Amino acid sequence: MPQDRDIAIDVRDAVKRYGTFTALKRISLSIRDNEFFTLLGPSGCGKTTLLRMIAGFEEVTEGTIYLYGQEIDRLPPHKRPVNTVFQNYALFPHMDVLENVGFGLEMLGKSRAEARARAGDVLEMVQLSQFASRMPYQLSGGQQQRVALARALAPRPRVLLLDEPLSALDLKLRKAMQVELKHLQRETGITFIFVTHDQEEALTMSDRIAVMSEGELQQLGEAREIYERPRNVFVADFIGDTNLMEVTVDRIAGGRAQCHLGGGHKLTCDAVEGIGAGARVHMSLRPERLFLSARPVEEESLSGTVREMIYIGTDITTVVDLADGPQFTVRSSNSTRGNARVFEPGAKVAVNMEPGAARLLVD
Amino acid sequence: MAKSHDVRRYPGFMAITILCLVILYAPLLVVAVYSFNASPSITIWEGVSLRWYVDVFTGPESAKFREAAWNSFIIAITAATTATAIATLAATAVLRSGRFRLRTFSLGLISLPLMVPEIVTAVATLIFFNAIAIERGLLTILLAHIAFCIPFAYMPISARMQGIEASYEQAAMDLYATKRQAFTRILMPLMMPGIVSGFLLAFIISLDDFIITNFVKGAGVETLPTAIFGAVKQGIKPNIMAISTLLLLVSIVLVALSWLIGRRDQARGR
Repeated sequence: MPQDRDIAIDVRDAVKRYGTFTALKRISLSIRDNEFFTLLGPSGCGKTTLLRMIAGFEEVTEGTIYLYGQEIDRLPPHKRPVNTVFQNYALFPHMDVLENVGFGLEMLGKSRAEARARAGDVLEMVQLSQFASRMPYQLSGGQQQRVALARALAPRPRVLLLDEPLSALDLKLRKAMQVELKHLQRETGITFIFVTHDQEEALTMSDRIAVMSEGELQQLGEAREIYERPRNVFVADFIGDTNLMEVTVDRIAGGRAQCHLGGGHKLTCDAVEGIGAGARVHMSLRPERLFLSARPVEEESLSGTVREMIYIGTDITTVVDLADGPQFTVRSSNSTRGNARVFEPGAKVAVNMEPGAARLLVD
Repeated sequence: MAKSHDVRRYPGFMAITILCLVILYAPLLVVAVYSFNASPSITIWEGVSLRWYVDVFTGPESAKFREAAWNSFIIAITAATTATAIATLAATAVLRSGRFRLRTFSLGLISLPLMVPEIVTAVATLIFFNAIAIERGLLTILLAHIAFCIPFAYMPISARMQGIEASYEQAAMDLYATKRQAFTRILMPLMMPGIVSGFLLAFIISLDDFIITNFVKGAGVETLPTAIFGAVKQGIKPNIMAISTLLLLVSIVLVALSWLIGRRDQARGR
């Protein structure tokens, strides 16, 4: 049994069933102390269910949840030293900001004066001191969000749960809050468990990410690992943009897999455990790891014709049709420093890849 | 497009509206105006006077009316309070305990009395009291009033509660409140406008109930409506109009109060 002080939340074989529907199919994962951990996945993947099971709003059908070694899955919500920032904030509409923030402390039996003092401190931390006597409906969405955050942080929980707290904010505010959340996590040293369906948000803030889909854990790792070494088609497709190609593995030799695409184009990449010669699998090629040239620069360059050139400000995206083969999207930075050239539609080009750009995926 | 479907542009809309309003309010208006009549006749106008209001409080029938009004008031307060408490608990059970098997059934059971003809309820209640051999009097009136006030109190309370997301109570429990604290500190204050509306509605319904009261009251025990009915049987006098106008005033004040509470709440954007 895990007694490790370094593990904040340990989920062991957690299953959640609603009647005949299984929302979580036996999930096990460990969330480290003082970590910014993200549960990422599309809606209906079970991420919110898992969060609510940790908070105590959903019972576990099977399995166990430990908080710093203590079994908590049978405790009612008010006996778990975790606090939640709700998606709709759920600020108490009949209490002012200070009362909202002090509520948890008051329920913990702190005196009114103590609760108010601590609430004031936390409000200062989220830069809302001047709004202490406002009612929630007098605040903007961003301010309500901060109050919800302050309210959940005020009782000094062991773990803070955040259920898509930024989804109602506009893009600029969301970006600012992402940075602030990360700072707050560092400052307070509290373990954050963050739920989102926004992969960019997850990559920006998280120490580690658990990618979920259809009630199952698809991959768990650091942002870079998830992005650069996706384990399967779902993760590669869900995180960032990618070229997903169907390939046939011809030969495995020296840790390298020789493959070919439709149209006979040949490619070699790192072999992956579980994929042998003869397998028909998918390959992921990130658009920004590819580059175009007028002539092939290496043996395995793929030749094709530019179909479209899309200018998106920071980047330029070029769509290339391979001869008798699939379509590729190539992204280059819109900068004059690099050696990337811009090709107009109809131009004959070679698609080249950086080492390690191609990655084989299990289905 | 929208304009052509505007109901106000239908031919005859205005005429029908005015007709309905006249039918609804003309009798009330007549009673209110004639209550200030100086004449002892109920049809001949002889000038403005407050004599019938004075008569209500000091005239030969004043003792009877005072006692009946007092009974009515005590019964309405007690019945409305009890019915509101029961309705609040019922709404909490129906709306906050998830989907239980008899949920729809319970809901129907609570609101059915609104559709049962009152005379049926009256007869049934009387038979029930006879069967368990309770002597008829104030107590039987009170029990009957509590019973039929529950659905009226339940409606606004349950409507209000449906608008309160479960996440408020969850947030409270997440912040270390017990179930009871979440109820008293969060749910109850948020439900208060519904509870007040429910109470006022139950109060008015109880105050002016005649049919059921008339069946279950004991001999010699009167509420204001039964006392008025008894007085009218001996001929309509203008003092009846004065009492009716006073009763109308009480109703208007209570309804206005309930409306104001609802509006203040809406203005806060909840």
